[in-house]
Amino acid sequence: MTHFFISSGVIILLLMFVVLYRVVKGPTPLDRILGVNVIGTKTMVLIVLIGTLYERVEMFVDIALTYALLNFIASLAAARFFQRHKKIHLEEEERGEGAAC
Amino acid sequence: MLDILVIIFMVMGLFFFFGTTVGIVRFPDFYTRTHAAGKGDTLSVMLMLFGLALYNLHHLSPATLLVSGKIVIICVVVFIASPTATHAIMDAGYEAKVRHWSRPGAPKDPQDNSGEKQ
Repeated sequence: MTHFFISSGVIILLLMFVVLYRVVKGPTPLDRILGVNVIGTKTMVLIVLIGTLYERVEMFVDIALTYALLNFIASLAAARFFQRHKKIHLEEEERGEGAAC
Repeated sequence: MLDILVIIFMVMGLFFFFGTTVGIVRFPDFYTRTHAAGKGDTLSVMLMLFGLALYNLHHLSPATLLVSGKIVIICVVVFIASPTATHAIMDAGYEAKVRHWSRPGAPKDPQDNSGEKQ
């Protein structure tokens, strides 16, 4: 069972790196926020997985709960920020994308 | 028996996370990427955490019951928070008029006034 948990953790980590491609490349800042949100949610699973492997779940579960709430607040705040400052950032980004094509 | 259930839940979660990753990387549009992230992410996290909560119940005692209850509480938090965050991100993109994808050569949408550049 330990091997199964370790291998699923490694698979989660590799898939998180694939999502990181969208964070680095993403045409708009909102794509980047979306990728970071997904990575943060998966980090929570990874924390509980590490706690299960070390047999100290009762400690790691609290960290995971805190991480979930922080991730939620951070995503909401970033989304609200770009909703207010929409003109500057998004058009700048799109111009950069058009120049690259 | 419990191990088999745990393995089934974890593998289903990994499968859905794989689908989410493919959707986020391959979809052509901001809105479709949001769709993939919002659905697959929530479901895969809930399945994986539920599997871990089941595995935690190997030695049944009040302490492990409490820990499993906390993991289920994380499931509930994710179930509420993750779609809300995704919706907020997509709402910001919609208000900022991020261009949506359309088939190359398709007739132009009369309501779309932001796609002159293509």
